[in-house]
Amino acid sequence: MVRPAHRRPGQSRKAQYSLFVAYVIAVTGAVAGLLLAILSVVDPVGFAQLRVASQEITAPIARVTRSVTGSLSGIDDSVGAYVGAGTQNRRLRKELAETRRQLVATSSLQEENRQLKALLKLQETDKTALANGYLLTSTSTSAKRIALLSIGRNLGVAAGQPVRGADGLIGRVLTSGPSVSQVLLLTDVDNIVPVRRARDGLPALASGRGNGDLDVRTLNIANNPFKPGDILVTSGTGGLYPPNIPVAIVVRRQHDGALARPLADPGKVDAVAVLRPYTPDNIEAQGRPAPAPLPAPASAP
Amino acid sequence: MKQKGPRLGEPASLWRMRIVPIASVMFASAVPLMLPLIANSPVLPPLGLLFFLCWQLLRSEMWPVWIGLPLGLWDDLFSGAPIGTAVGLWTLASIAIAYSSQRIYWRGFLHDWAIAALLIAIIQSLAALITHPQADTRLVLGLVVPQIIISALLVPLFMRLTGAFDNFRLKRR
Repeated sequence: MVRPAHRRPGQSRKAQYSLFVAYVIAVTGAVAGLLLAILSVVDPVGFAQLRVASQEITAPIARVTRSVTGSLSGIDDSVGAYVGAGTQNRRLRKELAETRRQLVATSSLQEENRQLKALLKLQETDKTALANGYLLTSTSTSAKRIALLSIGRNLGVAAGQPVRGADGLIGRVLTSGPSVSQVLLLTDVDNIVPVRRARDGLPALASGRGNGDLDVRTLNIANNPFKPGDILVTSGTGGLYPPNIPVAIVVRRQHDGALARPLADPGKVDAVAVLRPYTPDNIEAQGRPAPAPLPAPASAP
Repeated sequence: MKQKGPRLGEPASLWRMRIVPIASVMFASAVPLMLPLIANSPVLPPLGLLFFLCWQLLRSEMWPVWIGLPLGLWDDLFSGAPIGTAVGLWTLASIAIAYSSQRIYWRGFLHDWAIAALLIAIIQSLAALITHPQADTRLVLGLVVPQIIISALLVPLFMRLTGAFDNFRLKRR
């Protein structure tokens, strides 16, 4: 391609100025944009409404494509396995393929039936569920792992509520819009979940690696107590996540903890439940019997 | 003499010439959130960015250098990165392309490819670092490396697509 001729605007003052102004706007805007980005990292709530509003636009299309094709999954699994290559990963992929073969063998109807049944049971045993919905779509071009949930403020979803599937924890609500809400997935780098080992209650912290796996670190012990196959559940420490939700299974020891895989794969899970955050108010409300009806006013003028 | 309807061989309408590039970038930015894909890692190439760079490499005179401000803002709304990331980085990329088209006299296909791949690598890495400032740098960069490689390999395809859109944009009646 030849060098464009018009970049040097020649003798025309007007053309020179307009080119100069375009550059001034661009540089100022770029700097302002980066400052804005730093600001929205520090205070993520500020622009969240703007973003969730824009995703109300794509949500109807996502609903349609989802109902037509179901949920695509596994693409990123195979990519991720290549990245962290090794024998362990190869074995995991083989396991995944077997699981998928079994999944195909089972009809999709049976699968859906099972999940709905599990969720029904979950609703009965667990009074903390607020609403049920579907994961529609997710960000897939950036390093942030945010999924779009099919329900929003219309069903009482609000920021900070935990989200779980039948198999385990999915994440927490980041922002809720009028009819959709954003869920920060468990595997996001910024999502840290206090967990404990189901077997003996050993406390630990699980944080996302951003590629579908979790890093697990113990809080107090110097030597590494984890073994592959250990199941981790939420501990309820720090509020937010209610205790005893299954989170992940340890697949490999690392020098400072363990590598774990989430038990609920958001790509395969069909229905998810939004729970009440595990705060003192909510815990008391559950423990207490229903409030007695208010007595009639004693005196009326 | 008044004539109704377009004349044969008349240039395409100004509206079509302006809207096609912008609409293609905007649609490509929003399309990942229309697919029923729950990704566990950045699996899709940054489609909006690819179109944005390809249009500028193909038609360096078409857009003013500040075009990254509105298009980047639109991309930020959908990509999940903090708002302002693409606004800043895309605009800096426009400036870099404008500069390179002044420096390199005869820009060939390989030049275009190299420029696009380099800019994608820089933009995606910086965007990931801005998104997760506290996290381990190596971990964050490791996340976007596969995406950068895929995107770099896809650049020729997107050049072709952009070329096809460009033919449609300028098609005479």
